[in-house]
Amino acid sequence: MRTRLYDPIPSCDITPETVYRQRRELIRGAAAGLLVGLAGCERPAAAMSTAPPIPAPKPEIPGLQRWTGSTTEARTSYRDLTHYNNFYEFGTDKSDPAERSGSFRPRPWSVEIAGAAEVTGRFDLDDLLKGIALEERIYRLRCVEAWSMVVPWNGFPLATLLRRFKPTSRAKYVAFTTIERPQQMPGQHWNSLDWPYREALRIDEAMHPLTLLAVGIYGRWLPNQNGAPLRLVVPWKYGFKSIKSIVRIEFTETQPYTSWSDMAADEYGFYANVNPEVDHPRWSQASERRIAEGASIFSARIATLPFNGYAEQVASLYAGMDPKALY
Amino acid sequence: MPIALAKIAVFVLCLLPALLLAGQMLLGDPGPDPVEHIVHETGAWTLRLLLLTLAVTPLRRLAGWNALIRFRRMLGLYAFFYASLHFASYLLLDLGAFWRQLLVDIVKRPYITVGFSAWLLLVPLALTSTNAMMRRLGRHWQRLHRLSYAIALLGVLHFLWLVKADLREPLLYAAVFALLMLARWRPRRLNDRS
Repeated sequence: MRTRLYDPIPSCDITPETVYRQRRELIRGAAAGLLVGLAGCERPAAAMSTAPPIPAPKPEIPGLQRWTGSTTEARTSYRDLTHYNNFYEFGTDKSDPAERSGSFRPRPWSVEIAGAAEVTGRFDLDDLLKGIALEERIYRLRCVEAWSMVVPWNGFPLATLLRRFKPTSRAKYVAFTTIERPQQMPGQHWNSLDWPYREALRIDEAMHPLTLLAVGIYGRWLPNQNGAPLRLVVPWKYGFKSIKSIVRIEFTETQPYTSWSDMAADEYGFYANVNPEVDHPRWSQASERRIAEGASIFSARIATLPFNGYAEQVASLYAGMDPKALY
Repeated sequence: MPIALAKIAVFVLCLLPALLLAGQMLLGDPGPDPVEHIVHETGAWTLRLLLLTLAVTPLRRLAGWNALIRFRRMLGLYAFFYASLHFASYLLLDLGAFWRQLLVDIVKRPYITVGFSAWLLLVPLALTSTNAMMRRLGRHWQRLHRLSYAIALLGVLHFLWLVKADLREPLLYAAVFALLMLARWRPRRLNDRS
């Protein structure tokens, strides 16, 4: 039997309007208390939401398979997922990617496969995706800046794709490159980072069943600001490892260049595994601000878990290594 | 415009960012990360008001707008107001139940250490901002209130230190601060006894 026919998100998975409204009211009430209260004014009676909630658009990706390992935590809304992004290619403000990615064209798209593999060359993305079953996987995403989201990704294990190219025994690492297209990516007009953005994984990390290549969120094809049309998702590592808009994948024998860790090696490591015990030199990684439906303004902060809660699945990858070297 | 009316206008203008922020949270779109937004905005307005306060003396001297002195206390107190909102929102909203982390942060994180020191130094300046305190402290008052230079410097450092890669915005504040300090510098002449 082939993949199931298109399966719409069950209504129980869609955030109820009441929950959404309750969250907004909590935030508004708290904000009123803090700001207006300290300003010496009367707190307005019954601060009620007047703005209607913004629903997620209808799913459009057919044949999504359900993955049993998804987290059941409250998800980040589609709107927040698409309006709070670190994607410096479009600008360094979190609102820049949503505002300034409109002219980006994610098709036609090809990916170059290079390095230590039997099959290399340039491949059209739609050809690569043929015959690949897409799944919905809900993962936690932990940013190195100490905030986090819960994302319903649509994608497939990176290993599924990599195996097709038959990496050789010299393939110890997998390096990824983001597209460099300054005419459509206004953030690339100046060097906030050393373009193009590059990231890499050790081969066993890349082949791990949790490591995902995503093409969508919430049953929608990836919006430009989220890394259209193809991005990496490594849920146990800080978000900057999950490179967006991938145009090149190379199998290498030595540890490749990676943008953040090579720009500031004392602040960002190659492994960048989420670890509450190892602080960023400038801030604590022990806790995180969760951006999700139902999160109250007073209790947004939660404890950070080792390997972002995926220790059971991935800790064995690092057996015998110094955990402090794995930040 | 009579000075009393101008003072009311400045008072309302300075309060506006806080009111707009409250309005956005109450009636508008709080955004994906409202806590971060509140902390960032109150911090930015602290810096802007600190720099405005420091602009009073150079503007009087260079442009001859002596009446500006009548607004300096209000600007300085508003800087303290926004600094306190900034600190309170960091402690109560951002850290929240994790408030114990603040003690670790103050000791271990240079940018928090610097920011907290700046707020702490503002406290005695706010407390001694009354006419009575000015009279009581006499010439010591001015010496005490020179702390505002250090406070603004700490504020600029606090912002520079926390940014990840894009230094443009904090560098703009640093440049304005440097300019305001330069504008104070007068080469001493032989007959200058002041």
